[in-house]
Amino acid sequence: MARVEAPELPPDPTAATKVAELEVPPEIVAQTLGEYLRAWAARVRAGDSGVLPVIAGLAVITVVFQAISPHHVFLSALNLVNLFQQSAVFMVLAMAEGFVLLLGEIDLSVGYVAAVGGVIGVQLVQPATTRWPWWAAVVAALLACALIGAAQGTLITRLKLPSFVVTLAGFLIFNGVVLILLLLGPFSGYPSLLGDDSNRQVLYHLMWGTIDPLAGWIGMIVIVAGLGLALWLRDTRRRRSGLVAPPLGLTLLKIVLMAIVGLTVVAICNINRANIGTVAGVPWVIPIVLAVLGAWTVLLQRTRFGRYVYAIGGNPEAARRAGIKLASIRTWAFVICSFTAGIGGLLYASYLGGMSNNVNGGQLVLYAVAAAVIGGTSLFGGRGKVMHGALGGLVIGGIYNGMYLLGLDVQWQFIVTGLVLLSAVTIDALSRRGATTGSVAHV
Amino acid sequence: MSDATVARAGAQPNAAAPPAGEARLQVRALGKHFGAVQALSDVDLDLPAGQVTALCGDNGAGKTVLTKCIAGIFQPDDGQILWEGKPVHIRSPRDAAHLGIETVYQDLALADNLDIVQNMFLARERLRGGLLDEDAMERDAAETLASLRVTTVRSIRQPVGSLSGGQRQSVAVAKAVMWNSKLVLLDEPTAALGVVQTKMVLDLVRRLRDRGLAVMVISHNLNDVFEVADRIAVLYLGRMVIQDAASAFDRQRVVQYMTSGGTNGSG
Repeated sequence: MARVEAPELPPDPTAATKVAELEVPPEIVAQTLGEYLRAWAARVRAGDSGVLPVIAGLAVITVVFQAISPHHVFLSALNLVNLFQQSAVFMVLAMAEGFVLLLGEIDLSVGYVAAVGGVIGVQLVQPATTRWPWWAAVVAALLACALIGAAQGTLITRLKLPSFVVTLAGFLIFNGVVLILLLLGPFSGYPSLLGDDSNRQVLYHLMWGTIDPLAGWIGMIVIVAGLGLALWLRDTRRRRSGLVAPPLGLTLLKIVLMAIVGLTVVAICNINRANIGTVAGVPWVIPIVLAVLGAWTVLLQRTRFGRYVYAIGGNPEAARRAGIKLASIRTWAFVICSFTAGIGGLLYASYLGGMSNNVNGGQLVLYAVAAAVIGGTSLFGGRGKVMHGALGGLVIGGIYNGMYLLGLDVQWQFIVTGLVLLSAVTIDALSRRGATTGSVAHV
Repeated sequence: MSDATVARAGAQPNAAAPPAGEARLQVRALGKHFGAVQALSDVDLDLPAGQVTALCGDNGAGKTVLTKCIAGIFQPDDGQILWEGKPVHIRSPRDAAHLGIETVYQDLALADNLDIVQNMFLARERLRGGLLDEDAMERDAAETLASLRVTTVRSIRQPVGSLSGGQRQSVAVAKAVMWNSKLVLLDEPTAALGVVQTKMVLDLVRRLRDRGLAVMVISHNLNDVFEVADRIAVLYLGRMVIQDAASAFDRQRVVQYMTSGGTNGSG
């Protein structure tokens, strides 16, 4: 038997490559759609699941509630539009919360900051008192929320107070502020958006107004065609100049999926959903939510500010050494969070047709954080997209809606939402642990 | 490891220390204290262009403090820093970057959640029409990596968290040389790396030198020091006890300087 002297072996390179392979985004290793799907499957198995859990969650919610809801009304046009209107506030608040979660911070005040925005908007358009035009009321409400965010953000970044505590204080303070603002004017604490003056109507129609069916079709086609063309041009340009780009099949698949979603949504919304008379058309809240989603996605993915938010969330020390002004980026993230919460608050007021002291900011913020995390935003900072908040908000809205259809009381809704949140945060923590052990293994 | 000198001989015209006046960066009589603790006193250091200077010293000798003074993170209390012959005050990492001084820290200062391109351009993003110009950044990053022959990464669009230690170090170094830098400070570049990856990083250090950059490597590892260094400087308890051409040292002598601040008899 020949004895083989063990030479000074380098660490097995194939093992390291295998681990790395799993963590590389699939569009990088794939030239064709088939390769892409295989790489993607490998990544999901390794724990990096992306939006898969939330999409699966939505599918489960749809199937289960459609099966067990009385008369299978879950997928009726009326209920689907209703579901989206119920979800819209959660979606917007979750997108707001996403900005601070990306930094590894938290904002517990979004619920009552939203309520402040809502009550300011509702109060200012009252014909009995201030009589502001609707647009001025909206600007004032959003500006007030942005200022709140600036104040909280400044305390957190300049005085280095923990965001948890500052925004917990904000939670209490703005709860009080909402109650004070509600009692202004001769409305006994119930300023309403119901009335036939145009300013109140505009705010009421944020949620309940509908777009003419034909205009809905045209608008959707313009948006899908525009986004599809932009995506197509970008991917082909990058492929041609040898830059990293997804395979052609994937680009096409994305465009087709986008078109299908657009067609389905508009088709459902344009079905007459009223029992008596005619109610049809895309509710205005859908383009409003899409506008928030689009604007913040561009801000986070395509601007320096967004890049710095991710960098700070991933490694604040690296960001500091690179010369990024951490305090101002962080403060701006809180400003954007509160500003977006204000949009959510106006939608909330519109949904309720006014404001009252029934507003439960505590529940709203918990749902906002839950929605962001359910959607795939990491609580540990640095990972997540605006889209995640929107999808998570839909999940929460779906549970809320389905439980309501079943006639189950609110306690069951709390419990189910809590369980969904637990599973989402478990997935987050597990995939994070997977990623960490992976990189340790091949250092 | 005697063939280390052979490796050095090739591209390097003159490995001996040049006259002090030619050094790209000169540190003169630098002092720094933290409260009652005198971290550095009366330190002189020359970092000439086209040479790798190894900064050695035991734990607590002041290597990191000296590096941070040059990198603009700490402000020295005494003495001065001359950049290309002119006195400069480096008040921030931005000042240092402006002069052409880049630092690669031991903990790499890379964001794991960002990809290679995003990390290399962090805080210096290219814009087009107010938005990030990803195409231009990706092309330039690929070019820099190729010119440094950092070719083992699968794709420059993979997150840095998925790279091996040597690859991460390479990305950090490539990031540092992207910006027409003239001096690169490397803090323990091979710490925690395996044999193959250490070789990869040391090769990269040689390529920086061959490009005419001044390079300073802080290292505990005398194997690495003798492998790449043209000059060796030794700190002992906050004082610069010796700096000279690497050929003037052997391992024993460096260890003596590091542990006792001098050589018994021959120093």
